[in-house]
Amino acid sequence: MISTKPNVLVQGITGSEGTYWTEQMLAYGTVVVAGCTPGKAGQQVAGVPVYGTVADALDVHPIDLSVIFVPARFAKDAAVEAFMAGVPSVIVLAEFVPVHDTMEMLAIARANEARLIGPNCPGIVFPGRDFVGIMPGWSNKLFAPGRIGVVSRSGSLGALINLNLVAAGFGQSAFLGLGGDPIVGTTFHDALEWFEADPGTDAIVLLGEVGGPMEEEAAEYIPSLTKPVVAFIAGQNAPEGKKMGHAGAMVSGGKGTAASKMEALAVAGAHVATVPTDVVALLRNL
Amino acid sequence: MFIEEHDAKQLIASGGVPIPAGSVATSPDQAHSIAREIGTPVMVKAQVPSGKRGKGGGIVTCETVDDARLAAEQLLGSQLGEFAIDRVLVEACATIAQELYVSVTIDPAAGAPLLMLSTAGGMDIEEVHATTPEQVQMVPVNIRAGLGAGQAMDIAAATGLDLSLHAPLAGFLLTLYGLFRRYDAQLLEINPLAITTAGELIALDAKLIVDDNAVFRQPDVGPERFTGTALELEAKQQDFLFVELDGDVGVLANGAGLTMSTMDAVTAHGGAPANFLEVGGMAYKRATPALALVLKNPNVKSLLVNLCGAYARTDVIAEGLIAGFKELKPEVSVSFCIHGTGEERAQQLVRDELDIEPHETMDDAVKEAIAKAAEAQAGAAR
Repeated sequence: MISTKPNVLVQGITGSEGTYWTEQMLAYGTVVVAGCTPGKAGQQVAGVPVYGTVADALDVHPIDLSVIFVPARFAKDAAVEAFMAGVPSVIVLAEFVPVHDTMEMLAIARANEARLIGPNCPGIVFPGRDFVGIMPGWSNKLFAPGRIGVVSRSGSLGALINLNLVAAGFGQSAFLGLGGDPIVGTTFHDALEWFEADPGTDAIVLLGEVGGPMEEEAAEYIPSLTKPVVAFIAGQNAPEGKKMGHAGAMVSGGKGTAASKMEALAVAGAHVATVPTDVVALLRNL
Repeated sequence: MFIEEHDAKQLIASGGVPIPAGSVATSPDQAHSIAREIGTPVMVKAQVPSGKRGKGGGIVTCETVDDARLAAEQLLGSQLGEFAIDRVLVEACATIAQELYVSVTIDPAAGAPLLMLSTAGGMDIEEVHATTPEQVQMVPVNIRAGLGAGQAMDIAAATGLDLSLHAPLAGFLLTLYGLFRRYDAQLLEINPLAITTAGELIALDAKLIVDDNAVFRQPDVGPERFTGTALELEAKQQDFLFVELDGDVGVLANGAGLTMSTMDAVTAHGGAPANFLEVGGMAYKRATPALALVLKNPNVKSLLVNLCGAYARTDVIAEGLIAGFKELKPEVSVSFCIHGTGEERAQQLVRDELDIEPHETMDDAVKEAIAKAAEAQAGAAR
């Protein structure tokens, strides 16, 4: 995924959120090489040069990863611009991105052999190295350098588990926030593959949520892992979502409930917690 | 957003899909005159935002105009599942030779549109798929290229239908896929798509679900008919996703993932949450109205506030909650657990302004909230 410290582009850097988080990322050690906002070329934000287009930024700087701080309705255009310009990885933070836009972003990423992370995701944190997104990577209560790989759809649940891990004396090799939408660019399966290959990771914490088939798919891959997986699925008591008609039932094939995910993960050999605070206890017992 | 049959049919008809003649009635007399105008026999169909109307008795075939009046009389004002019927669609009956199932939906595993087609159309298509999956074609579509004419012809040909139907069916699939894209659909399902005895295709039903995140760019869609409780409606008007539940522990947390996890913990410790309220993303700045919503639910006997800030600043949430507490002066007990971004200041604010000591662990806060709710219930019973 992002195995070496990336050179980062911030799209939407001149907005208030883009500026604030650029300052935080720089302070933590993230290498932000450029920003991009249409019509704002030539400006600087926290000492970072701003370009009008991604292509212009790429002419001057090597860019490994772009993080997009624009509102949901403009997120697709920004991501497509980055992919078409040749940026290999793009993080989309915005929530409420239309799902047709997500499908288009994903298709273009695949065609360019690039990676989409998100949308509706909190970003990624490599404790002691850098962070990209809107998780407070600098918080020593949430993050400490260590050997647990944490992957979560949700930022808030991720924060809770990270807090528990650090309080218990664990640290993270990386925190990967995938996003809470039904379709996201990077899946649990992708994250498991990455942590399995990462020499800095000894065990993996997977924090899933009710809905979609992503956790069940990841479960199919777990038996081939050499590293243990501890999992928690949020939403065991969540109110039932919208029925998606006959087509939804046929596509999901019974997947998507918290019970189905917990069952699939347990059968695959993961250690499944029923309440979030059990995650630490299960890690200790490995 | 679920688009009811009649509205969905108007949208697909404007895009070139043939539909039966018909119109919506809100009274038996109106149903009678529509039936007279289009000619009998007619179908009288309850318009509610739900599937499975056929099995629920929401669709009546009427041979005469008087039958249509009677059917409307029986349906209007009655309940179909959780929905009150306030309008019916009165529609001409087609002379059906065969019924097909056609839909375009989103395959979340592939992250791409999926076209489905079966010659075994009708109500039991899920059963058909479960028992004889080979009878349902499932074709992924590359969203960048769109559905190609050649691909549509291949799908039509694979049905085994009469050769004369292949081109019209392929054309229908192309139109349907275009409408799926145009209306930001999560689902566009035609079941059944009838082949008439004259060999024409006609959409006898239409189910359209539009992505809520895309409604802003769909001027022809909506507004949605709201079917939740009064409090849920109030929440929706304030852009909160709020669901009233049967329990007595009010739950307020930041972010959907933490909120669901908190509800799971309440249940695991033997309690019952009174609500699901999503205060995610930027909504963390609106803690005051969020608190008001949770407390308006009369079932709430204790309140659990579980915050774990990452992007959301817990001190900003605490400020909003404290303002709400001072304004609303709730009588229920409140249990706090606050960690993450801004926690030192947030905890201090709660101590200073509310004279409440936050719990160190979420489980302790959950257990106290459950115990306080039980105490309040016991006190009320005495």
